Amino acid sequence: MTVLLFLAVVAPVSGPSASGAPVSGADFLNPETRALQDDPFANPGFLWVERGAALWTDGGCARCHALADTRPAAFPRYDETRQAMVNLEGRINRCRDRAGAPSWAYESEPLLALTAFLLNRERGATVAPAADPRAEQFRRAGEAFFQRRRGQLDLSCANCHDQLAGRRLRGERVSQGHTNGFPTYRLLWGTLASTHRMFRWCNEAVRSEPFPAGSPEYVNLEYYLRHRGSGLTVETPAVRR
Amino acid sequence: MRARVNLPARARAGEVITVKTLVAHPMETGYARDVRGDLVPRHIVTEFTCWYGGREVFRAAFQPAIAANPFLEFHLRATVSGRVTCRWRTDRGEETALERTIEVA
Repeated sequence: MTVLLFLAVVAPVSGPSASGAPVSGADFLNPETRALQDDPFANPGFLWVERGAALWTDGGCARCHALADTRPAAFPRYDETRQAMVNLEGRINRCRDRAGAPSWAYESEPLLALTAFLLNRERGATVAPAADPRAEQFRRAGEAFFQRRRGQLDLSCANCHDQLAGRRLRGERVSQGHTNGFPTYRLLWGTLASTHRMFRWCNEAVRSEPFPAGSPEYVNLEYYLRHRGSGLTVETPAVRR
Repeated sequence: MRARVNLPARARAGEVITVKTLVAHPMETGYARDVRGDLVPRHIVTEFTCWYGGREVFRAAFQPAIAANPFLEFHLRATVSGRVTCRWRTDRGEETALERTIEVA
């Protein structure tokens, strides 16, 4: 069995470094999972999108914000007052703070629902993070995180998602690790999941200590991955194994 | 429980239509353990029914091995204009119903 497992690693490498243009995680899926993602009814992620739409109007967002003016795909972006990056989850919670409402925890239903709803409105749009010189140091920090080996397995994100993308890892193909489909419905978890939950899962998979969801390390990584996935289209909510 | 039901708004009499349903539910099997090692109590959708034209036209019994957020697709023969009501019930007695209307010409 073990021998078979290793023999399976023969598919050609198709990392972004190899071909140049980034390839969406959807192109690494089994046909069945891909069909589930593309079916706007059967895709379970839309349960959250619908809840998010209700939250937008009933939760009070619509009192201040015009939906047409929101730019959810522009996050993470540089925040002047904090002099750091803020992601969409952070932005939503800052709004709740101002309104005197309790923050929503990462992976809580309402936060997943609202982020999924907002990003779903961008479905089909091109991932194109704005160039912001103030954010450059954070992009670099995110890139350094991506390249740094970590954990007992001593693997960096780049080891798998750049250098081995397209090859098989046990039952599935290694994707390039893009974030254009997040929040994404993960069949394994039976729920929608944020990028940060995926980062934590990935970090744990190489047996390293994960950072807390919402930590600056992960927000920087999220920002870097936006740049790395420039040119892809937004697929929220995607479906993954 | 949040749910979705999809069926055509119009159909010809005698036409076989496809009904798709999706319900948000964790479908806890009762065998999983949480981070502290305690059993997570069983909590699943046990029953699905569909009423159309004044009678029950479809029923399904769900078991613990059904995945989270169960998706169900089945067929109906369109006979009369009216309501199609889908109802889910859990082992804790929670109930959600969703109604769609169909026009049969």
